[in-house]
Amino acid sequence: MDAHHEDLSFIRKYIFSTDHKIIGIQFLFASLAFLVLGGVLAIMLRWQLGFPGQELPGLGVVAPKFYNSLVTMHGTFMVFFAVMPLLVGVYANYLIPLKIGAPDMAFPRLNMLSFWMFIQSGIVMTASLFVEGGAAGAGWTAYAPLSAVPQYTGASLGQQLWIISIVLFGASSLLGSVNYITTVINMRAPGMTLFRMPLSIWALFITAIIALLAIPIIAAAVIMLFFDITLGTTFFLPADGGQPLLWQHLFWFFGHPEVYILILPAMGIISDIIANGSRKPVFGYHSMVLAIIAIAFLGWITWGHHMFQSGMNPLLGTSFMISTMAIAIPSAIKVFNWLGTMWRGNIRFHTPMLWAIGFVSLFTVGGLSGIFMASNTVDIFIHDTYFIVAHIHYVLFGGSLMAIFAAIYFWFPKMFGRMMNDTWGKIHFALTFIFYNLTFFPMHILGMAGHMRRIYDPTQYEFLQPYQPMNKFITISAILLFVAQLPFIANFFWSLFRGRKAELNPWQDNGLEWTVPSPPPHGNFAVTPTVYRGPYEFSSPGAEADFLPQDARPVDSGR
Amino acid sequence: MDWLPGAASSYAADMDRIFYVILAITGLIFVGVQVALVYFMIKYRGRAGRRAFYIEGSTKAEVVWTVIPAVIIIGIAVASQTVWSEVKDPDRFPTDALEMNVEARQFAWAFTYPGADGELGTEDDHISYNQMYVPVNRPVLFNLTSVDVVHSFFVPAFRIKQDAVPGLNLRAWFGVRRAMRSGARSDEGEDHRPSGRRVQWLGCGAGLKSRSEEIGSDLEGKDVYSCSGGRIVGGRAPRRFELHP
Amino acid sequence: MNEAITLPGGVQAEPGMRIYNQKLGMWIFLASEVMFFTGLIGAYIILRFGTTAWALPGVPLEEGGTPLAINLTAFNTFMLICSSVTMVKAFAAIEHGDQKNLRRYLLATVLLGAAFVGIQVVEYLALAREGFLPHCSEELAAVVPNCHLFGSTFYTMTGFHGTHVSIGVLCMIWVTVKAFRGHYTKENHGGVEVVGLYWHFVDLVWIMLFTIVYLI
Ligand code: HEA
Ligand code: HEA
Ligand code: CUA
Ligand SMILES: [Cu+2]
Repeated sequence: MDAHHEDLSFIRKYIFSTDHKIIGIQFLFASLAFLVLGGVLAIMLRWQLGFPGQELPGLGVVAPKFYNSLVTMHGTFMVFFAVMPLLVGVYANYLIPLKIGAPDMAFPRLNMLSFWMFIQSGIVMTASLFVEGGAAGAGWTAYAPLSAVPQYTGASLGQQLWIISIVLFGASSLLGSVNYITTVINMRAPGMTLFRMPLSIWALFITAIIALLAIPIIAAAVIMLFFDITLGTTFFLPADGGQPLLWQHLFWFFGHPEVYILILPAMGIISDIIANGSRKPVFGYHSMVLAIIAIAFLGWITWGHHMFQSGMNPLLGTSFMISTMAIAIPSAIKVFNWLGTMWRGNIRFHTPMLWAIGFVSLFTVGGLSGIFMASNTVDIFIHDTYFIVAHIHYVLFGGSLMAIFAAIYFWFPKMFGRMMNDTWGKIHFALTFIFYNLTFFPMHILGMAGHMRRIYDPTQYEFLQPYQPMNKFITISAILLFVAQLPFIANFFWSLFRGRKAELNPWQDNGLEWTVPSPPPHGNFAVTPTVYRGPYEFSSPGAEADFLPQDARPVDSGR
Repeated sequence: MDWLPGAASSYAADMDRIFYVILAITGLIFVGVQVALVYFMIKYRGRAGRRAFYIEGSTKAEVVWTVIPAVIIIGIAVASQTVWSEVKDPDRFPTDALEMNVEARQFAWAFTYPGADGELGTEDDHISYNQMYVPVNRPVLFNLTSVDVVHSFFVPAFRIKQDAVPGLNLRAWFGVRRAMRSGARSDEGEDHRPSGRRVQWLGCGAGLKSRSEEIGSDLEGKDVYSCSGGRIVGGRAPRRFELHP
Repeated sequence: MNEAITLPGGVQAEPGMRIYNQKLGMWIFLASEVMFFTGLIGAYIILRFGTTAWALPGVPLEEGGTPLAINLTAFNTFMLICSSVTMVKAFAAIEHGDQKNLRRYLLATVLLGAAFVGIQVVEYLALAREGFLPHCSEELAAVVPNCHLFGSTFYTMTGFHGTHVSIGVLCMIWVTVKAFRGHYTKENHGGVEVVGLYWHFVDLVWIMLFTIVYLI
């Protein structure tokens, strides 16, 4: 099959490609663009919060309705079009076949279709920013009836396009999941048993299962919502017998598993990188796998913690508190096992490792703030305040996005055959870490003061006026946080063309992907590799070097 | 320690206590994890000629850091549950409460009080728009609903938050504690407040001040504050706070 | 067919589920379809049992029922079940290399499936004539309790199911055409099996829907 890949036209090779590596890279460029868009929307909404009523340079004063659209689209783009595709679209595609020793995905053409449906859904979502009536303004959670009756938000077409885009996105994600799961089950190279798979692959595999089962729920829900808007059905409209809370149950039954879709792959990637950076096997590999599975499982029975104040039966509030808190246990295993991995290591502070350490530090903060809200009692006060906003950003930026940066720096040489600049990578890390905390840590304090989320102008509330300087401070920090990304963008594009050529195994890692040229040829492996051991044999007493690739033939006939 | 706004309701102190307990526990864990990270980064930084200690894990250690968090969260859950049922359990709602109706819409709140007969739904009901008056030292039980979207009823000083959902009539309560308001004074003596009976009223807006001492002085000699703490929002993505009676 | 996938160079992959990719992929896809219908049916159950009165099939319109005739739908259900049987027969035939019966039974499956969709359309028309629409007519709303909800859930659930059947029929036509061209052999007939899986799933969903919408 690779004999004639040379003849493929440019279009077949780089645009309508069925090669999982090209598709992964396509996802990378597309979702980085959406990340920038989500960031720009964030800065615009921050401007209004820090300087309410002041003209946004070049764009005029942010109107209340526009503010609602900004919040909604910021959350939507970040969750669905930046973080989820950056983790799953990019790294499930790129890494799964390479790391398990397969030539490609099980269904390459479905894979291509998945990417192009993602692009379509992104175009629809972006277009909705410019339609009459404005983009959807009911929050990324699209609570009905607010979202179901156009008069309530003023956005009609915008909300409908939001739904269409989510359905397309769901279809894309579904095709991806079918592919990832089949590939992991069926296409592993000989010797690559399940418990020799890197944790990144485990996490992506479990994530694909969650997505497979969660996405159809949101698809069904938004379709019902669409019918409420357009066909006059009354699923969520109380006037004709429908139930607003039904929407919340459906949304969060999807929504909570969704947030674990956004963190599990990050955790997997981080495990790989911390082991590599510490030159030690991952501490407790098997329990790390079990923890992933436990988090994925528990994630299905906790959705009600978003609904403690919704009017749901208070007894349910109790059971959801318990199931939610239970997730702290597998999470504890993860955090402490990462620490255990670093313990007595020989740590190399390459850029990916710095981001990985940043992840452990900040995810812990976000996870611990989750414990406050998991307490149904404490949630009475902090629900719907900036305490929640702080939590969101600690887990999603401090967690997921940090892991994404780690992954980009780590696998850039594999993808493009060139190294990213390490010094600038470290500068990017330091600046991001500082301004990130300056932006989001104070939000805890705002939340404790009772500062509600999703409000247009905090100064309208007398009791929040003393906190306006803090809002200003956050806005300025957010702008600096955005500026701190410029070294990354420059480094990324500069390295793409000018970066130092990468050697075969620049991080001295054990994964199969480092045994093939960078970028790997179509079909990946000239000869299907045989796997002899797990992925984390660093500093093994049985080897001279401090790493031992998975496919290196054992000297003696041990394991 | 008052990082939370001044507390002025009967269960506020219980809720705040749990908040601070969790803050203390998570604070310790936070410090522990960060210190360990930094310590390992320094102690085990890579040096030439050094080799990492090859170890694949330790079941004993893992059991320890599974069991300890489990015990902690069970403790937190049990403590939370006691206050949760104090606040939310319908069987434990106060029986001597003043009952009122609260109705939310885009963009106004309507507070309906019983008149002199003490019953809701009769001729002499009194409706107040966007200003909530509540008695001190007598619990308030309210029936909350919405005519359009989901709104959030939130008075920070009372630690009460409850969604107002169209189509549902949700009941919740709070009791304003006079004792919580150090040096507070209210407009006692005049019977012109909605119920027409001799009770003390506290504009809940006043309770929103971040320091409880300010409550009293702010109230003195002034009219009652509008209850801007009860958030007037459009569902989960609110609009501007506008007053339209 | 029950063996591990072969990777380039003729190497056997590490044994997985020992099911070939297309079949495994279809199973996985169906898992997600189950969740999709769970969402719709769950919504139906919550809405229906959250109210006191519901427009029931088999109850006369004047008494707050619907013009749906249970007998006709029962017959329709029977046809769909038959189509699953013919599908099984078609697959069994090609496993023995029996081309003639493969074609015959596939054709029967297509016809039964299409007839099912046809009867469903007739049913929709009967409902619509009386004013049952996703948002039902005002006159009807005065007589039939919760008829908006009935219309919303009924059309959404059966509509999505009908769409699935229609897609199934189209796929089946495609497979039938290939069968007539002699594409399938005793050794190589994955296409028949995979489409068959989908078809049985659609059938199963209908039995669920029929039970909860018509019988309960
Ligand atoms: C990546 C995404 C992500 C992740 C991983 C999490 C993880 C968790 N989340 Fe979060 N959450 C969101 C994304 C995420 N969340 C988003 C986006 C929202 C808002 C949605 C919206 O309304 O818009 C939200 C909202 C949200 C709420 C609703 C709040 C409200 O609206 O009132 C709650 C309530 O319980 C909650 C809890 C938790 C918990 C308990 C965890 C746990 O998984 C955390 C577990 C981790 C740890 C606890 C830290 C590590 C452990 C240790 C160091 C061991 C020791 C610890 C103890 C003994 C306590 N989250
Ligand atoms: C992953 C998710 C994610 C990320 C990264 C962010 C990033 C940011 N968020 Fe966001 N946020 C959410 C998810 C996220 N957010 C969600 C889910 C909500 C809830 C929405 C709702 O209520 O409905 C929310 C809500 C939310 C609010 C609450 C609004 C309100 O309630 O009224 C605020 C307010 O300050 C805010 C601010 C910010 C800021 C300042 C950033 C900054 O960090 C942004 C900085 C910019 C960047 C990080 C992008 C830079 C670009 C690159 C690095 C890529 C470039 C590379 C190349 C081209 C090569 N966010
Ligand atoms: Cu109502 Cu008196
Ligand atoms: Cu959640």
